[in-house]
Amino acid sequence: MEKMSRVTTALGGSTLTGRTMHCHLDAPANAISVCRDAAQVVVAGRSIFKIYAIEEEQFVEKLNLRVGRKPSLNLSCADVVWHQMDENLLATAATNGVVVTWNLGRPSRNKQDQLFTEHKRTVNKVCFHPTEAHVLLSGSQDGFMKCFDLRRKDSVSTFSGQSESVRDVQFSIRDYFTFASTFENGNVQLWDIRRPDRCERMFTAHNGPVFCCDWHPEDRGWLATGGRDKMVKVWDMTTHRAKEVHCVQTIASVARVKWRPECRHHLATCSMMVDHNIYVWDVRRPFVPAAMFEEHRDVTTGIAWRHPHDPSFLLSGSKDSTLCQHLFRDASQPVERANPEGLCYGLFGDLAFAAKESLVATESGRKPYTGDRRHPIFFKRKLDPAEPFSGLASSALSVFEMEPGSSSMSWFVDTAERYALAGRPLAELCDHNAKVARELGRNQVAQTWTMLRIIYCSPGLVSTTNLNHSVGKGSSCGLPLMNSFNLKDMAPGLGSETRLDRSKGDARSDTVLLDSSATLITNEDNEETEGSDVPADYLLGDVEGEDDELYLLDPEHAHSEEPEYVLPQEAFPLRHEIVDTPPGPEHLQDKADSPHVSGNEADAASLVPVDSSFSLISVSHALYDSRLPPDFFSALVCDMLRFYAEQGDVQMAVSVLIVLGERVRKDIDEQTQEHWYTSYIDLLQRFCLWNVSNQVVKLSTSRAISCLNQASTTLHVNCSHCKRPMSSRGWVCDRCHHCASMCAVCHHVVKGLFVWCQGCSHGGHLQHIMKWLEGSSHCPAGCGHLCEYS
Amino acid sequence: MNRGSSSPSAAANYLLCTNCRKVLRKDKRIRVSQPLTRGPSAFIPEKEVVQANTVDERTNFLVEEYSTSGRLDNITQVMSLHTQYLESFLRSQFYMLRMDGPLPLPHRHYIAIMAAARHQCSYLINMHVDEFLKTGGIAEWLNGLEYVPQRLKNLNEINKLLAHRPWLITKEHIQKLVKTGENNWSLPELVHAVVLLAHYHALASFVFGSGINPERDPEISNGFRLISVNNFCVCDLANDNNIENASLTGSNFGIVDSLSELEALMERMKRLQEEREDEEASQEEMTTRFEKEKKESLFVVSGDTFHSFPHSGCSLLSLDFEDDMIITSDVSRYIEDPGFGYEDFARRGEEHLPTFRAQDYTWENHGFSLVNRLYSDIGHLLDEKFRMVYNLTYNTMATHEDVDTTMLRRALFNYVHCMFGIRYDDYDYGEVNQLLERSLKVYIKTVTCYPERTTKRMYDSYWRQFKHSEKVHVNLLLMEARMQAELLYALRAITRHLT
Repeated sequence: MEKMSRVTTALGGSTLTGRTMHCHLDAPANAISVCRDAAQVVVAGRSIFKIYAIEEEQFVEKLNLRVGRKPSLNLSCADVVWHQMDENLLATAATNGVVVTWNLGRPSRNKQDQLFTEHKRTVNKVCFHPTEAHVLLSGSQDGFMKCFDLRRKDSVSTFSGQSESVRDVQFSIRDYFTFASTFENGNVQLWDIRRPDRCERMFTAHNGPVFCCDWHPEDRGWLATGGRDKMVKVWDMTTHRAKEVHCVQTIASVARVKWRPECRHHLATCSMMVDHNIYVWDVRRPFVPAAMFEEHRDVTTGIAWRHPHDPSFLLSGSKDSTLCQHLFRDASQPVERANPEGLCYGLFGDLAFAAKESLVATESGRKPYTGDRRHPIFFKRKLDPAEPFSGLASSALSVFEMEPGSSSMSWFVDTAERYALAGRPLAELCDHNAKVARELGRNQVAQTWTMLRIIYCSPGLVSTTNLNHSVGKGSSCGLPLMNSFNLKDMAPGLGSETRLDRSKGDARSDTVLLDSSATLITNEDNEETEGSDVPADYLLGDVEGEDDELYLLDPEHAHSEEPEYVLPQEAFPLRHEIVDTPPGPEHLQDKADSPHVSGNEADAASLVPVDSSFSLISVSHALYDSRLPPDFFSALVCDMLRFYAEQGDVQMAVSVLIVLGERVRKDIDEQTQEHWYTSYIDLLQRFCLWNVSNQVVKLSTSRAISCLNQASTTLHVNCSHCKRPMSSRGWVCDRCHHCASMCAVCHHVVKGLFVWCQGCSHGGHLQHIMKWLEGSSHCPAGCGHLCEYS
Repeated sequence: MNRGSSSPSAAANYLLCTNCRKVLRKDKRIRVSQPLTRGPSAFIPEKEVVQANTVDERTNFLVEEYSTSGRLDNITQVMSLHTQYLESFLRSQFYMLRMDGPLPLPHRHYIAIMAAARHQCSYLINMHVDEFLKTGGIAEWLNGLEYVPQRLKNLNEINKLLAHRPWLITKEHIQKLVKTGENNWSLPELVHAVVLLAHYHALASFVFGSGINPERDPEISNGFRLISVNNFCVCDLANDNNIENASLTGSNFGIVDSLSELEALMERMKRLQEEREDEEASQEEMTTRFEKEKKESLFVVSGDTFHSFPHSGCSLLSLDFEDDMIITSDVSRYIEDPGFGYEDFARRGEEHLPTFRAQDYTWENHGFSLVNRLYSDIGHLLDEKFRMVYNLTYNTMATHEDVDTTMLRRALFNYVHCMFGIRYDDYDYGEVNQLLERSLKVYIKTVTCYPERTTKRMYDSYWRQFKHSEKVHVNLLLMEARMQAELLYALRAITRHLT
């Protein structure tokens, strides 16, 4: 602590200034290192070795250390390091295995001081002792680390990494005798410089080579390592076993890692391949880099913080032959571009939603999410108070749970399973389906089926009584139909019809209203409007009489609601402006040709039920005889189908499409049909209704859909003997030359249809098995299983 | 029953080396007998391999697990002399042929065929024609390159360069392939293809270098099966000395007693190890040594008669040899520009492509990351394979035990890279000269650069004291070194394309 404050003041005395800048080098750089005065930087590479002065506005070349006529491999540097105590002392590691020291204080042009040629392979790293003037450490590809005393000609000690190549060596900043080394096989070793015989500690840090490591400048035990496995890990070495305290996943192998001065949790990384940027990470926030420097056009090979106590200047050298100074305030911050909102459904229909904190804070005051009738089960905030970017990008996470039961799709499954789609006359299909829908309490759908039947089945087929019956049914269903409109619009969830019976009373007079107006429209007979009161009343009465079983209607309740009901609004909430200012029913009837009528005309979709009641009404109005041809309705039916599809009930759309077949298909374009089919099939498959889904595929007339069952019809089989897939023929295995499928009856190979019992897995030729099971109920293989053939 | 159908044609299936042809032409009376050797290799006595095999449960297990054909083929049998290595080899091969990857299965086999065809390696071609059909490949493609989609045809250029002169691959070649268009390759697909190509070029080296025999009872499962060809000339197999081969009975073998040869090698190794400490060559000296080695590799084969036919591989076809016509055209239909062959790296003085500095683009640092990024997991498998082959040792040399062979292995590995123009800064190429005798250099050069010309004579002429398994070890080293060299060049070009 003492030391820190002292240096900070020293820094304060000579404040660093500068800007983001770069200068072009003559050749790619392999490594850089900064002088302790923070005013000079050395750049080393295969064919470059220069010292640059860092000035306010630019880099200025101060010294070229590559002297001599012939280029020597000793100058082909893999690494360079500048002594942090002595500004005249540098060391380089050459690719040919030589370690060279340089003394800038030498008067001659050639500053080369000493040459150590003890390594047999490329030296990957050199490192000066942080406080000792003469101690230099090197790590090489040949698997040895050597410690040199610069006052002597040879190494003082050699540390063996058991023939694994050494990628990095670093003296601990706090422990005088300790250094860490990293290896190509993923290990990290800790050595005591006094004990070259064996390492103090060894652990596997990464999968694949560990390219770099760096001791934390303040935290005694923290060591950051970066590897080819694209990870940066921070280890706590103070404990008995090295413990991984942080882990950052990057997008490319990590070539260098350097702790950021004065920022306890920050470190800078650059990568060896593919990715050219330099990232500064907050290790506590391992998913988004805190800052990113994007200046380089090729991989960054060396990074260094300019001053050990100034967090804002970063220097870097790159393969693109540039040397850069980056200013932290100029860095791009990916956090700013991060999308703080996210939405996801859980397995059981739960919804998780993350949004910017500020957004959630204001809105939660208004309780916005209770609007959709689901309640947040928990509301979690996971924010670190010390988080430096909390203002920038912090999201609050809310999770919403479905109300129990509301997500139930059992009606869908039941409907899918029970609907009849083909194989019977249209009238029967419609009746059947209407019955199914009614039993499931889906009266609007039931009503629709009934209407379809009326529209498309020739009158001769429908007996008068039947018709009357259906008229009654139809009208009775008309009311809840309206209701379900309301409901669906309020909460477009599926299966909401069941809940909506309560507003039935309201709907009643609506129906009257609609009926009358609809009659008006379709007949274009203004006279009728006046008289429509009567049938409407009749209908109402009818409804009340017949509906008791279907709807648990409480007439009093209905009446009590009546005064405040705003029916038209509910009936056409989405598209009908006309109903925004609902007039009273009487009022409406008075001005039958008011503008909203034409509005209704324009949007026929929502009028489908009305039309049906029109036809129902027409029974009593002698319209029955002059039946309109089914073609007349096809546009309306199509609109109806679209309406259902838009409401999310694609099941209805597809079912009707199949049942009606040719009658409507031509009116709906292929693409829409295909879209409906695929959605429905997808839904069915999600509910594991494979049979239904296949039936739908089979019945579909769309080519693209019926193709579905023709794709990937191959059945892959594995050999029963060696369990390998049989690639060429189904009956004999290429590998073990065993015949895989033998007939249990005739003991010959089955080359065609093979039928087998799912209970005991014995089987054989279809014919043989059939014959066998006629006479016996036991398995022909004699396993004792009671096989069944169905 | 299969045996019966294949043997009558077998006599016609034997290629004749150019040397023999000359002799044959001179003296028409020499009857070409049919010296079909038994066992998986024509170079290695059957019992050597079989002995090892019967003991080895592990090999069988590996074959069960990773072989695509499900049988113990000859390559596997020979490789099973080094079970440790065999595992990584089969695993990586299985991965690139059968596991998740960007290319469809039949394409993978077709690419293998294309690669093997560059070296006229009918053994590999036959093998993959079968697999190609088995995985549902379109039989028509086997009629030749004209019948395959343009996209696959576009690989030709890179196949040719990789096989013979990988240093010529530039980022322009990569760009041409990945450029958006109808037949473009995605980078992952391209990397997969490159890995396959390099693998099968190298494997062709192994097949020829170890004299792998055609499979003995080829399963005739389709009408497209090629006639199996053994590319070893009769003279090699017979190994009788009545056909003279001036080039090979040259300088320093046959004269020196083989036993003292071994001793001398050991002596040299020891000396080199000691020398290191006291005498250090100057940098200029080191550079010149590399250049010298590079240049010398030029002349290694030049004494050989083959050199009088610069494009020997296919000029064989054009020679008026009645019997062989069909066979060779079977192979050549998978390649374009058959005349393109290895050209010495050192020779192209005028263009002077810069030496590939190994330290600037290494497999461990760069190649691995790129490969693994674009074709996940193959990097780990290849990495393991390279490591395995580089570190594989039994600490024996012929009859001697407890020998550190690191030096020798490194010399072999680096010499192969040297011929492809890859230079290690930290290697003294003088060592190559000391450790690798001329006959070995001839063998190495032939196996890595023109594998189809390998003869039993070459195989026999070096390291006569050494065991066969050690020679197989040498072949493995050569194969992997070659594969790595090809990969390095291709991947470097891809990296340059990316930046």
